[in-house]
This record gives sequence, structure tokens and C-alpha cells, in this order.
Amino acid sequence: MTLTAADVAEIMKLVEESVFDELTLEVDGKKLTLRKSGVAPGADGSVQAATASTLAVAAPQSAAPAPGAAVVAPPKAPTDPNVQDVAAPLLGTFYRSPKPGAPPFVEIGATVQEDTVIAIIEVMKLMNTVRAGVHGTVTEILVNDGGLVEYGQTLLRIRKTS
Amino acid sequence: MAIRRILIANRGEIAVRVIRTCRSLGIETVVAVSSADRDSLPARLADRAVCIGPARSSESYLKVEAVVHAALGTKADAIHPGYGFLSERAALASACEANGVIFIGPTAAQIEAVGDKLRARDEAEAANVPVVPGGAVTSVDEAAELAARIGAPVLVKAVGGGGGRGMKRVDRLSDLRGAVELASAEAGAAFGDARVYLERYVGSGRHIEVQVLGDGNGRVIHLGERDCSVQRRYQKVIEETPAPALPAGVRKALHLAAVRFSERLRYRGAGTVEFLVDRETHEFYFLEMNARIQVEHPVTEAITGVDLVAEQIAIADGKGLRLSQDQIRFNGHAIESRINAEDPNNSFQPSPGRLTAVTWPAGEGIRVDTHIVAGSQIPPFYDSLMAKIIAHAPDRSAALSRLREAIDRTQLSGVATNLAFHRKILADAEFQTGGVDTGYVGRLLEGSVSKEARHG
Repeated sequence: MTLTAADVAEIMKLVEESVFDELTLEVDGKKLTLRKSGVAPGADGSVQAATASTLAVAAPQSAAPAPGAAVVAPPKAPTDPNVQDVAAPLLGTFYRSPKPGAPPFVEIGATVQEDTVIAIIEVMKLMNTVRAGVHGTVTEILVNDGGLVEYGQTLLRIRKTS
Repeated sequence: MAIRRILIANRGEIAVRVIRTCRSLGIETVVAVSSADRDSLPARLADRAVCIGPARSSESYLKVEAVVHAALGTKADAIHPGYGFLSERAALASACEANGVIFIGPTAAQIEAVGDKLRARDEAEAANVPVVPGGAVTSVDEAAELAARIGAPVLVKAVGGGGGRGMKRVDRLSDLRGAVELASAEAGAAFGDARVYLERYVGSGRHIEVQVLGDGNGRVIHLGERDCSVQRRYQKVIEETPAPALPAGVRKALHLAAVRFSERLRYRGAGTVEFLVDRETHEFYFLEMNARIQVEHPVTEAITGVDLVAEQIAIADGKGLRLSQDQIRFNGHAIESRINAEDPNNSFQPSPGRLTAVTWPAGEGIRVDTHIVAGSQIPPFYDSLMAKIIAHAPDRSAALSRLREAIDRTQLSGVATNLAFHRKILADAEFQTGGVDTGYVGRLLEGSVSKEARHG
């Protein structure tokens, strides 16, 4: 027997709904590997190595980025629904204070309003202010002053005040 | 200064292609990705990936500041722009120059000179390179006068356009006024430049381009030509080198014209000079210069054995031209098929999605440039190119059969592909004879439609 696209789709669905994270299936010399956690296949990049005898299928990826991926993975999201991440709105250099030597905009424990400036991100000498976006208390600061931050990288976490 | 780390400001197969050469040269790579490409193959293959913005290219791949800041922040010595995106934006080259980052490509001034299609025409004429009869028009009256002189049909082209964008064909001179007004308004909206110019429409033309390398000090060599006449709506589908059915004298004249044009600009890096070649008379005309590496560069690499990306890096690194013209030897024939995620049964609409199964061909004389593996996403935000399959063999018919076999061995599930369209062209007698014009694909598609209509 051979696996059709419909078969593979069906198997993917079964794995998706099962408690298992991984499935390896060999049918007629064809090998099918399904991984739930979004593990990236072919990570060594050797495209030539993909021959007719291998058939790898990755299950739809979860929100977490692939382990071992070169992309800087944001720190594990907090499980507490009252704690909110503040993500970098753009790539640039992260500054905690308005100018060198000045006190930081916020420290851990600081109370912030939605429009409180919490950092500056500099892109090619252009200063962009980053606001808290939420009313609460700063619980974590995840980036060092003067470091490069990527778009979407978590800068700090705030526990919402209800 | 030695380039030790390169930031790649691109995605897809060309990012993988640049990483491959960097690895062989011991150069570290940082790939700038959008949030849609965080898990892409280039992001995994590069030594580092930095996310420069959200999925929309205007917020990421087209953002000069983000790209340059990413290069500075990751201490990259140079930026490779690939093709498309920022590769031919003078603003990126200038920002690199201003910030001490090496731009792997021509100077900002050279990009401007060839990006302005009218200026490029003038440069061509000054370099004694023939251009299509036509010229700039500043008013509708002037356009009517010029069109009457060059005769119908004419093309109304946007100065800021290129690659088929911003172009209108006028078959009756009575329609000219309306077409010029419309083209100008559209060009103003699309390119921020409302200027247009007219060119005589060459009915049965072949698109043949010449690969050049320049050291930036006036020395230029060519690496032969590529025939890219198999196009659908100005999008290249199949490219090959050498151009079939072309007299040796014409071939040589094309090479020399491309070198003359590039020498006049004191061109730096890899570039391509495009020509329109009359299928019957073999008269040729300068079309435009592409100031970057091209999608179809692998066919040239196949028959010359030159790694064009390595030469781009060497020139950018101040090592100059490492090859002389007589060191360039042409060996055999190479053909490339562009495999896209698009649906030929639905007017070639892009078909984004996830690849569930992928088998690429391998074997003697076969090269596959791709970023697609099983599980890869084709995001809807970018072009639909999945891979280029390149076949190289001692002669054209052997290369053709290698390519046909390679395409037959290719299996892609999860998205619609143009594989069957490639099979159709490669099996077609007119293509097999060689030397088709740019109207070929249109006729082939029309033919199949009318045949189906007859049978239906």
C-alpha cells in the first residue's frame, strides 16, 4: 500500500488529537515522522539528502518556536494570565533610561499605567518610546540596557492590576 | 578589510543560496527574517537569525533602517541583499556607505543610474549600445508626435517601472493619448514617479541577457548570456544558457555590448544587462540592467563553474576581479525551471500553504536551489518561488532530458504547483527546437484553452 495525501492528512489529525507527541510509521519503505511540538525537519539543510525513500511531515506547529532553531526564542510565556508580556514593537537597541547615566524609566516593582514609558528602542539614531500598554506592576525585566532586541522579543513582564 | 560575517537581507531560496557560499568561505551568516519566516530553512541554517519586523514586507524586508540596524547590532561586516526587496534600492546602499557596512552590490549611484530607465537608455546610447526606437515624453502631444514617428504598435513605459510593471501596449495610435495619461497616473501612484517614455513594440522578440562582473574601477568581464524568453506575463519560467539558435556573431556582439555598457558605469559587482533580440533579424536592443544577482544565475554557474555569489563577496571585500575574460570557459548547456506554488488551473494564482511531503530530485548534472522541506510554509505575503531545478549536460538535448526526468521525480504535496506546466513546455516541439520568443508561453496557453474549448 502507499500513503496518499489524504491518508497523511488523516494520520496528522489523529496524532494531533492524541496524547502522543511523536509518531513514526514505515509503510512500504516510506517513512513518515510526525512530531507535535513543531520540531523542524531537515535542520541540517541538506536538501540533496531528501530522497524518495524519506517522507517527513511536521505536524502544525504550536505557538512555541522550534527547539534548536537559530531564531532567538522568547522566554517561556508566563502561565499566570494576569502577567502580561511587553514585546518589542520593532528591532533596535534597547535602552532602559532616557540618556546615559539617567535613572531607568522603570525598575522591578514599579507601578505603571498604560501610557507609562518603559523603555526606548533606537533604530538608526531614531528614538522610539515603548509604553507599558497595561496598568500594573513590573515583575521582570528581560533585556540588558544597550542590547539588540528583535521585533516581538519580550522586553519585560507586568502583573496587571485589576 | 576582511568580511567575516554577512547579514542576509532576504528570504527563501536565495537566502539559502548565499548561506551555502558563505559556509564554504568560512563566513558567518546572520539572516534578517520577518516574523513569518522565523522557522524557515534559512533561519535554521544561518548562524543566527534576527527578526526585523512583522510579516508584511513593507514592515520588515523593505525597511532599510531595520536591516542596517540589524547588521550593526549583530556586528556584521557586510549586507547581502539577494534579489528583489531592497537589492536595487539606492537607499540601502547609501545607508550602508554611511554606516561603515559593506554593501555587497554596486554603488548607490550605479543603482540610481540603472534604476531610472530613461537615464539607463541614455547611458546605453552613450556606450554605443542600441536601444529600441523611442524616448522620453513630457506631454501627451509630444507622445503623439513621437509615436507617429516610430510607428505602431508602441509601448508606454513607466520610468520608475521595470520587469514588466508599468507597461502599456498601444496598437492604434488613436488610443495613444488615453494610454499615456493612464500610464502616467498609474506610474505616479505605483512608483512615485509619473514620468513615462515610449518604445517601439518589437513583436517577435527574444529576451536574452548577459551576466557581467565588474571591479568598480572600469574592468568588466562577461560570463555569457542567458535566454529567458519563456515568460508568462513578463515572469520568467524557464531560463537557459547558451541561448539556442543564435548566430555566433550576434552572441559575441551581445556580450561586447553588455561589457561596454557596464564599463561606462564602472560597474561594481555582479549585474545583468538585458536585451530584446529580434527573432527574425537578430537585431538587438538594450532593455535594462539589473544591478544584483539574478534568480536565474545558477545556469551561468553551471556552464562556467564560477560561484557568482563568491565573486560578489570578493569584489565587495576589495579583492577586485579574480578572473580574467579568457579564464571564463563555457562548458555544455544548462536549463533552469522555476517551481512555484501557484495553480495553473486557476490563472496561476499563488497557492500558499504548508508542504506536507517534499521530494526534490538529485543526480548527475542536477542542482536544486530551494528553501522548501517537508513542513515548510509558503506564507501568503511573498512571491511563490519554491525552487529552481537546474540541469546541466554536455549539450541542450541531454540537458533537456535531464531536466524532464528531474521534474518527473519531483513530488510536492500540500500546495498547488506549476510542475505540470513545466512538463508541458519541456515536451513541446517548438521549445525543443529552441529560440522561442517571449510570446511563446501565451500562445501555448491559448492553444490549450482553445483545444479544450473545441473538445468540450
